[in-house]
Amino acid sequence: MFGPAPLLEIVKGVDLDIARGVALGLVGESGSGKTTLGRTLVGLVKPAGGKLVYDGIDITDADEQRFRPLRARIQMIFQDPQSSLNPRLTIGSILARPLEVFGKFGNPEGRRRRARELIDIVGLPASVLNRYPHELSGGQRQRVGIARALALEPEFIVADEIVSGLDVSTQAQILLLLRSLRDEFNLTLLFIAHDLSVVRVLCDRVAVMSAGEIVERGDTAAVFSAPQHPYTRELLDSVPLPDVEDGWIDARPAAPEATVS
Amino acid sequence: MTASVLNISDLHVAIGGHGRSAPIPLLRGVGLTIGAGEVRGLVGESGAGKSMIARSIFGLLPGGARITRGHILFEGRDLAHIPESERRRLLGARIALIPQDPMTSLNPVKRISEQMGTVLRLKMNLDRKVARERALELLAEVAIRDPRRVIDLYPHELSGGMRQRILIAIAFSCAPRLVIADEPTTALDVTVQRQILRLIHDLQHRLGSAVLFVTHNFGLVAKLCQSVTVLYAGRVMEDGATATVLESPRHAYTRALLSATPRLDRPADALSPLPRALIEELIAEAHAYDAANRAAYA
Repeated sequence: MFGPAPLLEIVKGVDLDIARGVALGLVGESGSGKTTLGRTLVGLVKPAGGKLVYDGIDITDADEQRFRPLRARIQMIFQDPQSSLNPRLTIGSILARPLEVFGKFGNPEGRRRRARELIDIVGLPASVLNRYPHELSGGQRQRVGIARALALEPEFIVADEIVSGLDVSTQAQILLLLRSLRDEFNLTLLFIAHDLSVVRVLCDRVAVMSAGEIVERGDTAAVFSAPQHPYTRELLDSVPLPDVEDGWIDARPAAPEATVS
Repeated sequence: MTASVLNISDLHVAIGGHGRSAPIPLLRGVGLTIGAGEVRGLVGESGAGKSMIARSIFGLLPGGARITRGHILFEGRDLAHIPESERRRLLGARIALIPQDPMTSLNPVKRISEQMGTVLRLKMNLDRKVARERALELLAEVAIRDPRRVIDLYPHELSGGMRQRILIAIAFSCAPRLVIADEPTTALDVTVQRQILRLIHDLQHRLGSAVLFVTHNFGLVAKLCQSVTVLYAGRVMEDGATATVLESPRHAYTRALLSATPRLDRPADALSPLPRALIEELIAEAHAYDAANRAAYA
């Protein structure tokens, strides 16, 4: 009666190179596979096939022990700071945790100093260290998520929808913060987002995903101004820019609608 | 000049204020007018008071909050001061709501047929059979391809876009004079969002319903709304025709919000955050208003 669930192909044969220092935006709608791809790159999901190579090291079938040394170099920031920050720990403890686990920054005093440094880097006051996540605003929690990702001085950060759901003003601050951090620490970023405008601000390169495949990739400004793939064109056409434009709402999409969703 | 459908004037809402603590203002003298068939955007960030306005119209203010001054005129009645029985008659039939999240507004343990049927029987006095036929018609009107199959499904069996279409169908089912759309596309993919916007546009145009479209997204306002009201700290910062407000904003806050909005067609460095000094100034103005108008929150 009960058997193994049929395997569902979520990411179908993706080839992707991310050069050091590049901020790559990974865009797509729900079900495109972008989140799964992001999680695979940080070892949260095991690939069913293909190869994953990080800085010359093959990590495709790496078990936790083999992956561990890389964890300090590869970090992830999640969409919902509310659920990814331990509600029972103070911000200071949350930031000290990765330092404790990896034995970095020596003793408790060293770690406290590092936590203060991190909170300062993301533009929050030191008083935040003694607070609990629920006492902070959404934007502040997101900054803490970023600070935690920076704790171990990583090279590569995967950020999964980290500004969706934020107010315009908060989003602008977080984007500008990420840009300056990326420059200051020469970070390599994979920025997963559904909002093309946000990707334009932060990412020099973009890859467009649909149904588990990358359908188009390239320089962000170039792809957005001269899209080659019909799906990219459809996506771009669907973004409502703050310009009054009669007929936008009546225009039918470029690609045929397979089903009304 | 056509008579307005909705005329909100001098609306003050406050919360708390029992014992020794002063009441906390949530809306500070909001004024807003919507004409027949007009689609007005209501823009603001979280905490600006957009949902307080919608809740005031529906009589659904959170516990402890109350309208302390002002009027909400709709079809000659002041919604701020009418008996519940009269409000219940109006809501759903003359004023409808398209809520933000279909998954929490639809009952997960009831089929679509039952949810739509209940509304139609209650609001339009139809019997079971007629209500079901009407529900099927409505599903077709919102471009659901196979109404006879969909009507007997549960919400979780439908996509986000289809659930939102059903809520829109319910909202427009009684040809209301006014529809409040509360960030109806937040949970949707951008291609689905465009379909939903088109649907709202078509329905309101055909039925002549006025719409108050609550959003934080100027892009949606630009494409759907003829006019827009910009809110901050419970006060109206600016309002006017959409083209005017977007192209030549008068208020520094509107300008700042537009500059903080990323655009896929502009260079990355075109983005600038809200100036801190501006925010501090606006907050100081709000406090000064409260100090000079304590009686308004009593």
